[in-house]
This record gives sequence, C-alpha cells and structure tokens, in this order.
Amino acid sequence: MKELELYFGPQHLGMVGNFSITLKVEGDRILEATSNPGYLHRGFEKLMEYRTWIQNFPLVCRINVVEPDHMEMVYAMAVEKLANIEVPERAHWIRSIYLELARVGSHLFGLWAYSNMLGFDTVAQWAMYHRDLILDLFEELTGGRVYHIYIWPGGVRRDFPDGFADKIVKTLHSIGKCVPDYDDTFFNNPLFYERAHDIGKITQEEAKEWGGVGQVLRATGVPYDIRKVEPYAAYDKVDFKIPTRKEGDAYSRVWVIRDELIESVYLIFKLLDKLPLGKVYNRVPNPFKWKVPKGEAYVRVESSRGELGLYMVSNGEDKPYRVHFRTPSYPHGLTILEKVLKGASIADVGNTMISLYVTAPEIDR
Amino acid sequence: MDKKPKNLRPLKAIRYLFKKPKTLRYPFELKEPAERYRGLHLNDWDKCTGCGNCADICPNVAIEMKEIAEIEPEKGEKNERPEIDYGRCCFCGLCVDICPTGSLRLSRDYLHIHFDPNTFSLLAKDEKTDKEHFLPEEEYSIFKASLAHRKENYEGFAPDLIYALFDPERIPMSQIPPEERKTSFIEQVKGFNQKEATREASRCLECKLCEDACPAGMDIVDYIRNIWDDNLEGAARDIYKTNPLPEICGRVCTHNCESACALGYQGEPVSIRWLKRYAVDSIPLEKYQKVLGTEEIKSIGKKVAIVGSGPGGLAAAYYLKLMGYEATIFEKLPKAGGMIRYGIPEYRLPYEALDKDIEYIKSTGVEIKCNTTIGEDITLKDLKNEYDAVFISTGLHLGKSTGVPGTDHPDVFQAIEQLRKVTMGKEIKVTDKIVVIGGGDVAMDISRTLVRLQLQEFGVVDITVSCLETRDIMPATPEEIEEALEEGIDIYPGWGPEEIIIKDDKITGVVMKKCLRVFDEEGRFNPEFDAQEKMELKGSMVVEAIGQVPDFTFLPEEIKKGLEYEGRRIKINEYGQTSTPWLFLGGDLARGPDVINAIDTGHKAAKGIDRFISKNE
Repeated sequence: MKELELYFGPQHLGMVGNFSITLKVEGDRILEATSNPGYLHRGFEKLMEYRTWIQNFPLVCRINVVEPDHMEMVYAMAVEKLANIEVPERAHWIRSIYLELARVGSHLFGLWAYSNMLGFDTVAQWAMYHRDLILDLFEELTGGRVYHIYIWPGGVRRDFPDGFADKIVKTLHSIGKCVPDYDDTFFNNPLFYERAHDIGKITQEEAKEWGGVGQVLRATGVPYDIRKVEPYAAYDKVDFKIPTRKEGDAYSRVWVIRDELIESVYLIFKLLDKLPLGKVYNRVPNPFKWKVPKGEAYVRVESSRGELGLYMVSNGEDKPYRVHFRTPSYPHGLTILEKVLKGASIADVGNTMISLYVTAPEIDR
Repeated sequence: MDKKPKNLRPLKAIRYLFKKPKTLRYPFELKEPAERYRGLHLNDWDKCTGCGNCADICPNVAIEMKEIAEIEPEKGEKNERPEIDYGRCCFCGLCVDICPTGSLRLSRDYLHIHFDPNTFSLLAKDEKTDKEHFLPEEEYSIFKASLAHRKENYEGFAPDLIYALFDPERIPMSQIPPEERKTSFIEQVKGFNQKEATREASRCLECKLCEDACPAGMDIVDYIRNIWDDNLEGAARDIYKTNPLPEICGRVCTHNCESACALGYQGEPVSIRWLKRYAVDSIPLEKYQKVLGTEEIKSIGKKVAIVGSGPGGLAAAYYLKLMGYEATIFEKLPKAGGMIRYGIPEYRLPYEALDKDIEYIKSTGVEIKCNTTIGEDITLKDLKNEYDAVFISTGLHLGKSTGVPGTDHPDVFQAIEQLRKVTMGKEIKVTDKIVVIGGGDVAMDISRTLVRLQLQEFGVVDITVSCLETRDIMPATPEEIEEALEEGIDIYPGWGPEEIIIKDDKITGVVMKKCLRVFDEEGRFNPEFDAQEKMELKGSMVVEAIGQVPDFTFLPEEIKKGLEYEGRRIKINEYGQTSTPWLFLGGDLARGPDVINAIDTGHKAAKGIDRFISKNE
C-alpha cells in the first residue's frame, strides 16, 4: 500500500477549527503525526509586554478560553511575588473556591466536548447545561459569564454577594444529583468503553519523560498535583484527594476527570464551611504609577488540565519585561499527541486528542 | 476498573424525553442578568468631570474623550465625556474601578443589534441625563434592544471605593498637635519624608484637572511624577517654569488644584501643596542655580522697575531676569516679601522658607531696594525716565472697617495692621477677651496669632470669631477653620456686627444680628439681616478682618488721570498692561487676593513687558 500525507484538520473531531495535524498514513494506519498549531496565535505574551500591570489583568484570562480563571490566578500570583503584595486570608479562600468552580466548569465543558465528539449527544447536552449553571454562579460573583476578570493582584475584585455561598451549594447539589445519570449513560457505558479503552495509551515512564502533567500523568498512577506539591491559595488548609488511575489510556483519563470533578465539588463544600471573614483586597498602587520592582518570578498552579506555570520578568518598569506561560496543553498537544498517534488508526485521531484534554489556545498564546 | 461494563443502564436516559427542556426560548423567554452584570456603560454626566482616566486605563483603547460643546465646564472640570467603542470594549470594567467620581458604571443591558457598524459607538449617559433613550421597564422591548433603546434603573457592575484602583486616602501629614503648637509660633506642618512623599505622589492619576484649576497653570502632573520617580531636581525645574516661590506656595497656597483634584470627589485629593514643599525643601539653596540652570544669564541691557516685593513683584522680576532684563524691585518695608512676610504668621510660613525663595531670586541678579518708598525716596516719574517699563504690585495693605458705631474706639484694630506689627517683631495690644469680625484667611491668621499671644500673656484662650457667611460658604480655607477651632477659637458664622458696646470708655462686647443672606440673587455682596435675632459677643477688644483695599497714594495725579478704570479697578489687559503702555499692574491689585494669583500676574506681566519693550506692543 502507498504512503500518503493527510492534512487532518484544523476542523476535526478533536478540535473545533484551530489545531490541525499532518499525518503520514498507510491505509488507515498512521505512520507519523506532526502537530500543526498556529491557527489561533494571538501573541498574548508579546502583547503583555506593552500593557501595564493592571491592563494585563483583563487580557491574561483570554489566553485560555475554556478556563480563564487559572490564567488570572497565575498572573496575579506572579505579580504578587514580584511586587511583594500580601493577599488577605479570605481572598485566598475565595480564590480557591473560585478556582474549583472553574475546574468544575471546565471539566463539564471537557465532558461536553468528549461526549459530543463520540456521539453521546444526550450527555453532551447535560454537561453543557450544567456548565451553564456554573457560569450563572460566575456571573453573579463577577459580572461576567466567560471572562470573569476576577482574581487580581492583591486579592479578588469583589466579595461574595449576599447568599452566594448557599447558591453555590444549591447549584452543585443539583449537578451532583445527575452524577448517576452521567455514570450510567457515559462513563459506564459499554459503547464508550469500547471507543476509549486502550486508545492513546502511555506508560508512567513515557508520561514523565514526555512532560505529561494533569490527567495524562495521573491516569498512569502518579498523584502529581500542584495543589499538593506546592500549595497556593487556601489548598493547604483543607484536605482533599488526588484521583488517579493506572491504565494510562483515554478511558482512564476520562475517569480521572470525572473523579476530579466530584472531588472538586467536595472541596468547594469544605472550603465554604471554613471560609473566614475579613477583607478580600489589599489595594495595589495607582495603575498609572505602578512600577513593579526588578526581578523574575516563576509561579505555578494546577489548572484543570495540569500544571500551569508563568515565568515573568520585571525590569522595574510599569509593564512586564517578559512573560512566558508553561501551559499543560503544550506537551500534551505537541509531544505526546505525536507519539501516541504513531500506529493509531485515522478514526482515533480526534478521540485521542480530546482524551489528552488539549486546548489549542494554550498552545498558541 | 479496566473491565468492560456490561449493562442496559444507558437507556435510562430515555426518561429525559419526558422532561421539560431547560433551554430558554430566546427572545420570548429572557434570562435576567446578574446584579453585577458587566454590560453597556452608564455615565452620569452631572457627576463626570471629563478627567479621562477611563480612557487612559482602557486596555483596548475603546474609550475616547469627546468634547461636548453644550457643556460649560466649571473650573477644574473638562467638557469632555467618554465615548465607548463597542467594537473594542471587552467589558472588563477597569474604567468603572478607576473612575474617581463614581459616575461611570456598567448596566445590565447587553444588546445592540444594527446593520451599521458605525453605530457601535456610544456616548455613555444614564437615565438622569438622557430621558429619551432610557425607557421604563413597561415601555422597554427586547425586540428593539440597542444602544439607543435602554432600560431604566438597570445598573449592573457599580463602583465600590474598597475595590477602587485609586487610593482615596491621603498619606497623613504629621503636624504639631494644637495644644503644643498654640503656645508658640513654631511651624505647624512638619512636611513629608521621602517615603511618604513618594507614596503620596503615587496617588496622582495624572488627569490634569488640577493644572486647569491652578491660576498659574503649574505643571503639577509633571512635578508629581518626578517626585514619585525621586527626581527632585526635575520636579524643581518643572515647578520653577511657572512658580518662582515654591517654598511659599508649598505652605500657604490656597491650593485650587486640590479642590479640583479628581480624587477629591469620593476621597481625599492628592496633597499637591505639601508635595511641592517636599520637592523644594529637599534641595539646598546653594544647588538651586545649578539645578535650575540660572548660573549665567545674559543681559540684554534693558531695565525694568518693579514696585513692591510681594509675590507678584518677585515673580515678575524673576521671569524678567530669566529673559535678560535688569530687574530692580523697590520695597517700602525693611524686608522683601510684601504681604507674605508681613501678613502671614510664622507658624504657617516660617521666615527661613520665605528667605530661601527670595535669596534664590536675588542670587540670579535681581536687585531689591528695601526701605524705599515711591513718592518719597523716588518718584514714579523718575522710574519712568530711568527704566524701560514699570511694574506695580503694591498689594492690598489697607484694612476695611465695618463702620458700625464704636469702630472709632482705640481698642478696635485692623487685622492687617496688627499682623504686620507682629511679623515685624513689634508688640500689639492683647486683652483677655477678644472679638474678631471676619471669616476669611486673614481673620483666621489674626485670631490664631492672638491665641498664641493671649496664651503667653494670660495663659488662657478667649477669642470669638464671627462672620456674615454661614460655615459652608466661609471664605477661609477649610483647614484653617478646622485648625482655628482646634486651637480653642469659638466661631459664630452667619452673624453681622450691629454695634460695639462701650461702657466707661471701655469695650465690653459687640452686638451681633443674624445674617439671613450675604449675596443677592445677582451674586452681589448685599447682606440682609434679621433685626429681631440678636446676641452679644463679650470682649474687651475688637479686631476687624473683613477685607483689604489698595493704597494708591503714591500714584501721581497725572498718571492716575491717564489710566482707564473698570469700576473701581484699574483696567488692564491679560498681561497686566494698563492703558499707559509702560505701566504694568499685578499682584493682588490685579487678581486674587492670594499668592498663586499674584505669581501668575507677575509672570504674565513679565511676558507683557518683554512684548512691550522688544516689540513695542
């Protein structure tokens, strides 16, 4: 049979419109896969060098459309580290609650993407609806549904509105009630098992070597989570589990996501229980006269896709000198995807990619 | 786990077929946005000052300040209002959090449907100022939703001072407490240190409303930025561009700038006055010429005579000198400074600060001839013959009297004369009970001076101040009134004197009548009293501080005849030039009365004199 070069995407099952893969195939077997990102490149890291410290705050969340919140967090942390700003205790807790809500929202969105792609449209509709309920919470707290622009250097932008904690609990309970339906229809569905089982399988050693983080690494049995490794916000104040699996295939990765989603809900309850009182924002200097001291900082958080890092340099001016993000999708979408696609069938490309939880905006930034 | 699940349970999902769908049938079913929703902008035009901070902070350059011809801005405001381009806006709300007046908010409206992208710009208003486009809920319809069709009372993301991007609170200035300061003439305000000054300077939003309000149009934003950058020499250079008396203005200026400061609307304005003082206090006099580049000034061989060494005269002399003119100041009193030396008590303006400013001006080559009275030692005619132009800024050194019965008693004094005596080191009469009439800064100065003298002599303070104006419109600066109260002075605003009571040739008090209004409908001074409501203020001595008038006795008749008048004032053009072209007028005679106006008239006159001499205009 003859070798053929196949341009896969950028519009394909694994990604909607902004990430393509060039495949070398023989029949329907893939001999070699080359990731071909760049459809979404917006030059955020460069843009940030031209905006003041506070102007970057509404910008940074836009890097990752699916979960802007961890971007906000990592930026705020870097600025706080550089400028030596203290964050009030309550703000730490609110940040944790907010980030866990973001994780729930993001996982529901991921669940929509995966189930929708595999043809489980019913589940996809549920997931999208439930994500919308999370967005309602965000709207109530921050005034925005998708880009919340909420965590800023010095704390958070506004305190909880009245009765907000109860609303979170109510919403999460209503989502939680549907978990058995999700399990029966999707996670424990033999059809889904058939489609995801043994797809994109990697070993623990491979995951480590190729830079896998998040679910990709945890699905091979490594309980690696920045919230535990290097706690930030209020994560060291409450107890929570890190769900892992051993198999390292698409099916186990999806199960890790499911377990994390549920664990996050419990975590939010625990955080709400102990939420301290107090102020939520320590004023930063006037934005027109704010120079952050010279220095460099690397900070990292556990986004819903894995370790998200930010390296930022200040040369003592009113804008950052250099900004660089270390995003989890970068190794997943470029290195690991290329490796695991070798030998796979064309039909599994989208499936594999989505199970690696790749989001293109994180790669093109 | 890695075992294929076997069941028929997925079919459970079928029961959802019989449930009510969750999807809203938009636009027939609407979802109410959250209380804090960040939608289209609202702007209260009455509150908005046009400071433009929203436009400066916008990360997307979506806001442009548009000039509105219909708006007549008050002093310290601009007739510009923000226009938002919704093709660029990202609804982050930074504009709301930076708005110093709190006029800008976001509504819960979020819809605009139109075929023409040119309609995506909006000059944000709210229901208060735009009745036409903001409709009550019952008239509003989603089918017409657009920028020109908005819902009333639909505020979303609102400003909150706790989360404001600006700092509404001043860095507190350390001052000597009232109990301690009133025992001596020690300077009350201690001044900022470097850390405090940098932090205070960092509060400035650079909107330049202050510069519009400053009578001298000082480059306030520039020097505050330099102070923040710890470039004090740069700050001094910025200051000296328009003000050669910063040590003085840094202490006693009437700070119109601070009244205009955008931060003052919801919080406290930037301490512009103290910052100016900090900048120049930090530079020693010996370095001034080097810092300001005035070590060598080339003379152009023309001479200008200046009558009066107050701020107007000093400013005119300094700027004339910078242009190469030989400036000579003639001063009647023993030392230079005019009203700032002989009218302002030492606890507000210590003599070292005053001398520093004057010494620097002298060091540039300005000559000051003290103890020289025009009309006695030298005539105005002589000046005209010897010099190319003459600038007069002799100030307002004569006190006005209320003229009520009893004011001819020897124990009724004029504040301005008493202040001059004190600052000259002479003794003045002080009794144990004093009534001061007047509510301006001079009244506060004399009262607080008398507090110190009374304490030294009698060990107690018993001074009552009364004025026609009510507390809210008292002409004295609010801090002065506060500090006077702190020092134990009783103030009775809203009362006018009727008669000074004299028994056995001694003053025992003043009968006061209630003042109903000070100004009439046309804004003219025309007080009206309630003859029924009266009270008596006890005191054995009365000081009048109700205003000052100029003394033009040194002007020869033929010159007076040659001048044109506007009412009682001598008519001058924008450069202070009278209708006798070689004669210029400035200081309190032209505008004010205060230091910063006097400085500006001096600066303008210097430009006018240059114009007159070099171009004969």
